[in-house]
This record gives sequence, structure tokens and C-alpha cells, in this order.
Amino acid sequence: MMFSRIGRGVQALVGALILIAIWEVVVVLRLVDPVLLPGPGDALRSFWDGLVHGTLWVDFSRTIWRTAASFAIAVVVAVPLGIVLGASERVYGAVEFLIDFFRSTPASAMFPLFLVLFGVGDFTKIAVAAFGAALVILFNVAYGVMNARKQRQLAARVMGAGPLRVMVDVTVWESLPQTFVGLRNGVSIALVIVIVAEMFIGSTDGLGQRIMNAQMVFDMPQMYAAIFAAGVLGYGLNLLFIALERRFVHWSGK
Amino acid sequence: MRAAMKQVSGAVAAVPPPADHVVVKGLSKGFAGQPLYADFDLTLSRGSFVSVFGPNGCGKSTLINMISGILPMDRGSVLFDGRPVSETRIGYVFQNYREAVFPWLRAIDNIRYPLKFLPLSKAEREARVEALLASFDVKLDLNRYPYEMSGGQQQLVSIMRALVVDPEVLFLDEPFSALDYEMTLFLRDRLQHVLEGRGVTSLLVSHDLDEAVFMADEVLLLTKRPTTVAARIAFDAPRPRTADTTVTADFVRVKAECLEIFQREVRR
Repeated sequence: MMFSRIGRGVQALVGALILIAIWEVVVVLRLVDPVLLPGPGDALRSFWDGLVHGTLWVDFSRTIWRTAASFAIAVVVAVPLGIVLGASERVYGAVEFLIDFFRSTPASAMFPLFLVLFGVGDFTKIAVAAFGAALVILFNVAYGVMNARKQRQLAARVMGAGPLRVMVDVTVWESLPQTFVGLRNGVSIALVIVIVAEMFIGSTDGLGQRIMNAQMVFDMPQMYAAIFAAGVLGYGLNLLFIALERRFVHWSGK
Repeated sequence: MRAAMKQVSGAVAAVPPPADHVVVKGLSKGFAGQPLYADFDLTLSRGSFVSVFGPNGCGKSTLINMISGILPMDRGSVLFDGRPVSETRIGYVFQNYREAVFPWLRAIDNIRYPLKFLPLSKAEREARVEALLASFDVKLDLNRYPYEMSGGQQQLVSIMRALVVDPEVLFLDEPFSALDYEMTLFLRDRLQHVLEGRGVTSLLVSHDLDEAVFMADEVLLLTKRPTTVAARIAFDAPRPRTADTTVTADFVRVKAECLEIFQREVRR
């Protein structure tokens, strides 16, 4: 058990090391223009310098803040709404098309609309990201509620629980595994939209803007460093949500 | 005047509660246009343990689900001492314990759960739980979550949860059929032990005739659909019943009688 866990960690590391080795070989053999692809060492140094001496940390924290704000708005709106919609299949049926339609519409296509509505400030980026995340969360919460095990609801009812108690004591708990799927997807969508918004709608900070600026001045190590930072952020959020899920939905899949 | 009142109240106390506890009248239920029950009547006497047995698809579970109020009936009435199910304390044990217990609650909190619908103080609730655990007399770590327990232990939790409210009527829908034989024997024994002297009117659906007879004061045999009562066979062997009960002449006779009626109904 312990051995296999260590083994898996080593395995994951091997994949990353192979990628870095290929990268190094490509750079050493000059298979790609070195201006476009600096060595992994240069990129890593740029990442480290950016964090310690430069402004990478500032951009990093701005992106985290925007992602967190948009995610928080999405959760506050979508979770209660999803429970209400999921509780009645008839109501959900009436809005299902709308949810599916907007869920399938690329949120980036909404940028111009949100720019008109909210201007070029920070709130526009947060609002678009919240919009995209909310739809995914709403969809998953509603399905979680609709697919709650009927027998557990019956069990609560037969013990004397009224409709509201069944909802609070059983249905909401039953929907949690699916809700967490929605939360995990929602936060990654929020991050994607925030980064894109930082690239294209008038930003002075954030990882998206940093990647764009580095590219425009051909500071490739800087660009790779910022991309790497965005990757770390996305991966970290994913790990965080998996840990939260294990903690709060401990019975899932058992 | 006061003396007269006293006399009256004394007289009331002396009258035993009516023997009829659960009265089903004119119950009708159809599925997809096919009648399953039509004008079905049934009376269960207080404190009796009734096993429901019948051909496949005759609606054994449907019957107890309608009596317990889980499933709506098309027509008819079910009264417990003249009161509807909503005013009656009932316990219900599902066959599929995995989807009946709440996995987000520890076993002990699963057992406590139905007490919150009774007007009891915290101390009274805890006393109820303690008394119940003592009467079951099993060694079990109830601070675990259901998914950390074996199937039999989960069903045991489920049975405790049904009994903690001190139900007037207990419904058991094939409670042992998903368990291994050893666990089945153990749970039957515990259940018998706990029900002893409680006077709970119990209704057990079983697909195992040995079990139906073994547990029962009375076996209720049903016909094929549209379902009616084929026969009611009493079995009054003394309790607690053990493996020895199953080799007595009485047991063998009652079982044979039930089997004969069952086979006659299946062939019909």
C-alpha cells in the first residue's frame, strides 16, 4: 500500500522528467529557434526570479483573487438555485433548454456583452467568469438533487420527515457528490475565463496579461514562467477540491 | 359525581384496547391499467407478528408499502386504531439497507435520527437509545460510518433505527434476503429477542417460507393478481424460537399446509 503510493509518485515524476529531458535535448540540438523555446533552466530561473524579485507574485495573486471572487459569486447563486430547480423536475424541464444553451455557449463569446454592461473594470472579468462557472455548478447541483436515491428519501419520510426535512436531511446530502463535480469543473472554468479576460479585456495585471505582455516583447522565459504559474494554479485548485471532496463527501463511491 | 367519574375512568382503564389494530378496507391499486388489488380487506390484531407470503408479482411489498404510507393507494383506507398512518409511530426496514441508511451519518446518528420527530427531550432521547442498545446486546462500534460496516451490521443499524421510536407497527420488507445465512440467523434471533414482550404489531414480507413460518404468529398467504387473501395460517409455537423449533411436528405441519396453499395458488 505504502510502497504503491510511493511508486505512483515516482511514476508521475518520471513523466515530468522525461518531458523536461526532451525539452532540454530539443534546445541543445537547436531543433527549434532558441528565441522561441528557451531551455527549461532559463524558464525555471525566470519563474523563480519573478516570484522572489519580480512582479510574478503580484499577477499570480490578482488572478487568484479574480478566480476566487467569480467562483464565490457562482457558488452563492448557483447552489441554492440548483437545489430549487432540481427539487421540481417540472421547473427544471422548463429551464433545461436555457441552461444547456448557455452552458454550451463559449463564455468568451459573452465578453462584448459584459463589456457593454459592466465596462472595462475588474468586475467585468469576474462577472463573465462567474457566469460560466455558475452554469456548470447549477447544472450539476440540479442533477444531483434530481438523482437523489428515492429510497433514502422514502426512509426519511416514513420516519416522519416532512418535504422540507427530507430535502435538508437527505436530498441535499445525496446531491453532494454531483455538486462537487460541478464545483471542481466550475473553478477550472472560472480560471480559464479569468486568464482569457486578462489577456484581452484591458488589464494591467494578472497572469493572462503577463503571458500576453511577455509574448509581445519576446521575453520567452518570462512567458513560459507565467504559463507554468497558471498551470500550477489550475493543478493546485484541482488538488484542493479533490481534498475538500474527500473530506466532505467521505462516503462517495463507498 | 366525583365518585361516578372515578368509576367511569376506572372502567375505561379496565377495558383492554381493542384487539384489532390495523384495519385495511376496500384497498384498490392498479399498475398500468392492470388491477393488483381490488377491494382488498385485511385486519391485523394487536401485537401479532404476521408474515406475508405469496407468488411472485402478487404485490407483497406493494401491500406493506401502501399500509405504511410509502406508496399511495388508488382507493381505500388504512387505519391504525382508527387513526391514519401520519398519526402512528411506525418503523420500516428496507431490503436494500445500503440505500436506506444515511452514509453521511455515523451509525449511532442513523439510529438517533427518527427520534428528532418525536416530542422528547435530549435526555429522554439518549435514554431511549441506551435502552435499545442494551436490549440488542451486540458488540458493535456505532461510531463508524455505515460504509465501514458489513452488510449485516448495516441492516442491524437499520433495524435499530426502526425500533428506537418504539413503533406501534413494524414493517419489514425482506430484511434478511440480501444477507448471508449466518447473519440472517443472527438477526432473526436478535429481532425476536427485542420484539419479545413489546407488543409491536409486525408485518414481514418474506420470500423464504421457512423464515415466514419461523417468525410468524400468523402466515398471510396471498393469491396471484388480482390479489386476495388465500389463507391465514396460525403458528403458535412458544418463543423464543430456535433451530429446534424448525424440527417440531407443529412447524412441519404449518409449513406443509402453507406450501400446499402456495402451490395451489401458483398453479391457478
